[in-house]
Amino acid sequence: MSKFQFPQSIKSRPVYGTLAPQPGKAHLMIADAEGAEALLDLAEQDSTIMAQAHIIFIPKGTDFSDKLRALSPAQFYEGPTYEASIQRIRHVLEHAHQGLQVYLAGTEGLMGQAQNEAMQAGIPHTSIQTEHRGSVARRMQCVHCKGITEDVLFDPFVCSHCGLNLFVRDHYSRRLAAYQGVCIDAEDPGNIPDPVELYS
Amino acid sequence: MTIQFNNETFRDDYSFSNSDWAIKRFPFPFHEDSYMYSVNMEQHRGGPAGSVYEKRFDVDEHYVAEMRDRALVLADDPLRCQSLPHMTLAGWDLLELIMVSKSEDYPDLFELHRDGNRWRWVNKPMGIDDTFTFLDETTLPYGPMEYITRQAQGDFCVLDQRDDMLWMDAGMVTTQADWSLDFDIGMNFFEWHAPVPLAHEMGIFQRALKFLLNIQQGSPARRLNWTMTVNPLLDTSPENYHKWGIQKTSLTPENLGAKQHLRVELQTFFRLPRSNALVFPIRCYLCSFQDLMTMPKWGRRLHRVVRDLPEELATYKGFIDNRPMMLDYLSQYDDGLSTSRGIWPDLETEPPLQR
Repeated sequence: MSKFQFPQSIKSRPVYGTLAPQPGKAHLMIADAEGAEALLDLAEQDSTIMAQAHIIFIPKGTDFSDKLRALSPAQFYEGPTYEASIQRIRHVLEHAHQGLQVYLAGTEGLMGQAQNEAMQAGIPHTSIQTEHRGSVARRMQCVHCKGITEDVLFDPFVCSHCGLNLFVRDHYSRRLAAYQGVCIDAEDPGNIPDPVELYS
Repeated sequence: MTIQFNNETFRDDYSFSNSDWAIKRFPFPFHEDSYMYSVNMEQHRGGPAGSVYEKRFDVDEHYVAEMRDRALVLADDPLRCQSLPHMTLAGWDLLELIMVSKSEDYPDLFELHRDGNRWRWVNKPMGIDDTFTFLDETTLPYGPMEYITRQAQGDFCVLDQRDDMLWMDAGMVTTQADWSLDFDIGMNFFEWHAPVPLAHEMGIFQRALKFLLNIQQGSPARRLNWTMTVNPLLDTSPENYHKWGIQKTSLTPENLGAKQHLRVELQTFFRLPRSNALVFPIRCYLCSFQDLMTMPKWGRRLHRVVRDLPEELATYKGFIDNRPMMLDYLSQYDDGLSTSRGIWPDLETEPPLQR
């Protein structure tokens, strides 16, 4: 499947790469939905790393689990949601030794949140590999009420917490793993443009 | 001179005003009749007597009212003041810098008595007299950065320096020109400036970073920046934009002179001794258009700058919609005469308005 090419943007916007096997004693791979395809491609480049791999996968309605299991990773976990897998991710990071390689693949929201967990465990964000696959929806923080709205695909959108109409900025916080949403009709209440799909 | 502190507000009834003294020393940010980004840095080593450049941390007639406004903002939203765990030492550095500077520069207002690590700090305008142990957080009511910046005008960004980069890892930010510390904390220099148009392409931030990384202890630097604000509102935060944005539409030709304010930031940069962090105070000065127009040179110049500013900048600074009305007002104060170089008003030598 072809990868989406994000348009050039401002310097706080994350840039994603292509996963490549790195030498390491252990390999933590976290993916959601089509992110599984990036892990399959990774295994194709070097199948030997799977013997030390721990795959955490959130299918989000896809059927990649069997293909990932077939890679025979040392450990495999299928989580119903990202939230459900957080404790396991933290546990792995907490008990990780020097030389752990972290690979993240899938949606921006999944990669951002998992990257944040790894950063909090002391791994610099620059040494974490990421590859975007699947939905281009964004994880948005409302700058007004601070609430997070997941999987935002249209701009503007309605904050799922405070109900304000927000426009989608490219300004991104690694710490919050979210883009910033700002009230669109503050200077002209009620004047809300029709929502347009991102990148359309 | 002894400063008479104003009893005034920066919200609701907006009773803020500048005295003649404050207008005269207002840091007008345009040294010529046009404006474009530049790395306009200079050494922060004093300046003309009475000017905002004279002291390391300028204290003026708005001090007590600004601190009251800050306390209100923090009560409403404590996330305006944050410090990542590794920044506590830099907070002590900042506390020391401000206490030493203010007690030396304004001995009639502030006193610092040090007996080893036992310090007594007296802030007369705010009625504070605290004794604490330097470097012992348990002896202060807040963390060191929050404690001292609740007593110092302007926002404070405390930047960690590592990997040849500056990181926004702590700050007290309640008088900001529409950016969020809570969102930007932890970002590097290029990331937190990401939304600024044009300047990245011009290489401004690369050059500024290089300059800032090399600032040495005892050699602070400064520059001016500016934007526009309707009403003397200090807290123009993105957090509250859905509440204050509407005020921009309240301008009329009749009220513009009183309501439209030029908002100037005196940005200074100090290297901190123990942490090697860089503190970046951003001091906000507000002046209404009608007060600025009392200086003929500023009237002529402000009209020309606002008229000729590139559209991207007027949009980014948030006044593109009001620009035509602002120009109608300002053009009355521009008689076409030439202006002297530099930011000072030159009231004695610049001719009065010729119309």
